[in-house]
Amino acid sequence: MTAQSRRYLFRRGLNLFNLGMSLLTTIFGLFWLAWLLWTLVSHGLQALNVDLFVQDTPPPGAEGGMANAMIGSLLLTLVGVVVGTPVGILAGTWLAEYGRANHLASVIRFINDILLSAPSIVIGVFVYAVIVAPLGHFSGWAGGLSLAIIMLPVVLRTTEDMMRLVPDQMREAAAALGAPRWKVTVYIVHRASLAGMLTGVILGIARISGETAPLLFTALNNQFRTTDMAQPMANLPVMIFQFAMSPYESWQHLAWAAALIITAAILILSITARLLLSAKTSSE
Amino acid sequence: MSGSTHTTRWRDSLADLLFRSLTQLAALTVLGLILAILVVLTAKAWPAFHNFGFKFFTSTEWDPVSEKFSAFASIYGTLVTSLIALIIAVPVSFGIALFVTELAPQWLRRPVSTAVELLAAIPSIIYGMWGLFVFAPIFADKAQPWISAHLGHWPLIGGLFNGPPIGIGVFTAGLILAIMVIPFVTSVMRDVFDVVPTVLKESAYGLGCTTWEVMWHVVLPYTRVGVVGGIMLGLGRALGETMAVTFVIGNSHDINLALFMPGNTISSTLANEFSEAVGPLYTSSLIALGLILFFVTFVVLAIAKLLLLRVEAREGAKT
Repeated sequence: MTAQSRRYLFRRGLNLFNLGMSLLTTIFGLFWLAWLLWTLVSHGLQALNVDLFVQDTPPPGAEGGMANAMIGSLLLTLVGVVVGTPVGILAGTWLAEYGRANHLASVIRFINDILLSAPSIVIGVFVYAVIVAPLGHFSGWAGGLSLAIIMLPVVLRTTEDMMRLVPDQMREAAAALGAPRWKVTVYIVHRASLAGMLTGVILGIARISGETAPLLFTALNNQFRTTDMAQPMANLPVMIFQFAMSPYESWQHLAWAAALIITAAILILSITARLLLSAKTSSE
Repeated sequence: MSGSTHTTRWRDSLADLLFRSLTQLAALTVLGLILAILVVLTAKAWPAFHNFGFKFFTSTEWDPVSEKFSAFASIYGTLVTSLIALIIAVPVSFGIALFVTELAPQWLRRPVSTAVELLAAIPSIIYGMWGLFVFAPIFADKAQPWISAHLGHWPLIGGLFNGPPIGIGVFTAGLILAIMVIPFVTSVMRDVFDVVPTVLKESAYGLGCTTWEVMWHVVLPYTRVGVVGGIMLGLGRALGETMAVTFVIGNSHDINLALFMPGNTISSTLANEFSEAVGPLYTSSLIALGLILFFVTFVVLAIAKLLLLRVEAREGAKT
């Protein structure tokens, strides 16, 4: 009796302890998120002003803005999206429509998932070796291309997943009406999965707009405002890296402001994507 | 009339063929890309491998002036920081996954999962800035002296916790990596815990098991493969993480057993030195580091993917 009840108490106690630990680990995880966001808001807000959006990055020690870096980031992201999205959507279409029981498709799916988590700095080194080194100078094109390579697997994966959610009956119905395969795909399947595919693109943008490592060796940075993609190009992530590491207080303030802006944009994008996705999956 | 249907059909099948080829070509670019990365990096890294031979992996020298390079210090730092990250992240992720699948009330599950996943959305560079300017000073001031004073004298592990209380170093890098991989490991664990058949859990509860016993003796063995897959996925992420580590690791090519000392990783070495490297041998050695990193993460992620595919296959066989 006593041994048994001691055993019972031990089991109850262990259970309580571990469930308590589970709660604690959750608090531990959320604690860092709260601390990070609080840091960004408290350091970033006081550095926020209109000049940031109008003036260019200042020389060391002087006040200024980061309009050139914002323009650069937008252009680089645009190139990444314009190059990465079509390839990703087409490839995802092939996997979903033609590659269901196909060895090549399984291999591509496998490699794509690895590419999805591959270190982005290696992509930067690759683009450096292929574009920057032969041409002899850093350029916006090289930066945009490395972002496109990072974007591609995100879009591919979401496109395939979303197209697979479209019921086969819809394909069969369209085919029975005499529509050729490509029309079935484009007018029926793509149209039905449009919201999901858009989510993939938004997730891709969220992913690439904070990427720093691949831009270090490709777009580099530029003190001046330029829209010439053949030149080194200023961008927010590399600017944050250089300014944060600098000893100048005005540069560090700019880095915090940029960090707040970029994180806010990315969080808004990811939450939007999430909402789109949950609306999509709950309606089915 | 019949001629025009014939033309339409002919045109349709041509369009079909074109569409199919176009999409297939796009899909093949994924393969082309990975092959191109391997080939280009190998070609560019060849001078370093050729010049230093096997010593590139074993020597600890890194001297740009006399052009002597080796990978050991960076590989060591990469492995140690990733190991610290896993030691912290795996139990925490398990706890969070347990919380959102078993413990939390229904209305709390979605918000908590989403919040944890947002940790993955925050860019690496933000972790780096926060780590260097906010976390490191507090850690150096409050925690490090206490840890060194209390754990520093322990036999065997004491040596790990010595070093100057400067806040940055190998341990800080590992801790920040842990925070960064928690969302990835957690989301895999949560997903595999969710697919455990309810009957299985209910039977265990019916036998009088506590929640913890159900978790430890039923859910975890059932999902073992997927859990290991999730951990490997986290490891793959930790190995290649760049900017956060670059900010807080201190960037030194020395190898120290003490975790509070500065060190470096493959990716932080690349981020710091690549664009300033002069001389073909220097650049080639850095690209060789990149190739090693790519190869190691490829293997780790491939194992992760294979394990998770096994889980998926089992799911498919059941339904």
